[in-house]
Amino acid sequence: MKETIINVRHLFAGYNNTAIMEDLNFDIQSGEVFVILGGSGCGKSTVLKHMIGLVPPVSGRILIHGEDIVTARGKARNQLLGTIGVAFQNGALFGSMTVLENVMLPLMEFTDLPRQAIEAVARVKLDLVDMGHALYLQPDELSGGMKKRAAIARAMALDPAILFLDEPSAGLDPLTSAELDRLILELAGSLNITFVIVTHELESILTISDRVIMLGKQEKGIIAQGDPKKLKTDPSNPYVYNFFNRNP
Amino acid sequence: MVGEITAALLSCIKNPGRIRWADTWMVAERSGVNALPIVAVISFIVGLVMAFQAAIPMRMFGAEIYVANLIGIAMVRELGPLMTAIVLAGRSASAFAAEIGTMKINEEIDALTVMGMEPVRFLIVPRVIAATLITPLLTVFSNFVGILGGMVVILSFGYPPIAYYNQVVGFVSWEDLAGGLVKCFVFGLLIAATGCIRGYQTLRGPSAVGDATTRAVVSSIILIAVFDGIFSVIYFYLGI
Repeated sequence: MKETIINVRHLFAGYNNTAIMEDLNFDIQSGEVFVILGGSGCGKSTVLKHMIGLVPPVSGRILIHGEDIVTARGKARNQLLGTIGVAFQNGALFGSMTVLENVMLPLMEFTDLPRQAIEAVARVKLDLVDMGHALYLQPDELSGGMKKRAAIARAMALDPAILFLDEPSAGLDPLTSAELDRLILELAGSLNITFVIVTHELESILTISDRVIMLGKQEKGIIAQGDPKKLKTDPSNPYVYNFFNRNP
Repeated sequence: MVGEITAALLSCIKNPGRIRWADTWMVAERSGVNALPIVAVISFIVGLVMAFQAAIPMRMFGAEIYVANLIGIAMVRELGPLMTAIVLAGRSASAFAAEIGTMKINEEIDALTVMGMEPVRFLIVPRVIAATLITPLLTVFSNFVGILGGMVVILSFGYPPIAYYNQVVGFVSWEDLAGGLVKCFVFGLLIAATGCIRGYQTLRGPSAVGDATTRAVVSSIILIAVFDGIFSVIYFYLGI
């Protein structure tokens, strides 16, 4: 029996007291690849921003390891943030640093390891994502796929239990996207990392996800959840069925 | 934001180990050392032009040697600090706004936040400390070059350099120099904080970074002018 690692309770997602999603409730189990999907502009990235503590929600609770990231402050918040890693849509690598320095940064800030050990750990993380050949490149010298892999390496620097990925396949060609999917599956399998991924790339969703929730813009809530392969063949909700089968 | 920066600065002053010194020196080099040529050119021309303008009426009374006094006091008390601050506002405030604005658009600031690193300590404190420290140093350089510009005019009237030197040193006091330098610390702080805050306020869109840099320069120059006025009033009442 897998333990529940994230509980989202009565989450009203949005900005400035305006909810674009209302009363979201879902749990994420340890070790699963969980996908939040939905049409463009439905608010899935906003939900992600609430879950990583970047933007406070209108209301509701987001418990990670039993601690509410919405209300956590100071040391408790930093400890909580230490258990998660985030790879943003465009990588968000620091432009003034090399790839290696980007991955070393969180280790230098939050560990007391000597520099040589930090560099060794960062090299291991970059090797894990097949970026060992690009250690000394600047972010603007990387392709889109390389940026995303480097961002995943940086997000894994402190060995987090949960990795949040925002649109990992966006802007990538099908081959690079498939490589990234393979990488996610490898990391989830070998390191038992829980992945929470926001995307609307159907191929990726069907390849990598154990479970999905689908958000509806008009319904302002979850309109479907479960195994994506089952949702693809279940005609009970025409919108969900058409979404998964790309029927306009 | 101002409160956040103040709190981060106080916390870093209390615990200097929290300051990212490597970044601070890098910013100091970019904003300070690399600004030396433009500060030199502007200051030299200001000193030269002011000396020429002052020499015209003073020559009528045979008092052209007193141009040295005028240049000395004007550069040290007012023009050195002001010219340096305006050059830094155009050069560094805009650079800080553009750097931080681009980082915001690229989600780098979000990345810092979710990694538990305070962006203010990470990005703003090194810039504020660097600018606050390099502004007085640049001003000393500006004062020297401006006074040198004035000397060229005096030499063209046939006076020896030692006469110009004696006039300046005999007239300008340490108090004048200190008064000018105290202003520079405040100008440096204002320039860096304004640039960083404007960068932090960058919105999304193709012209967002451009707008942020423009606002940074305009706000910095206005603040420099306002605070220069405030300092003039304070110095007047203090008799400095």
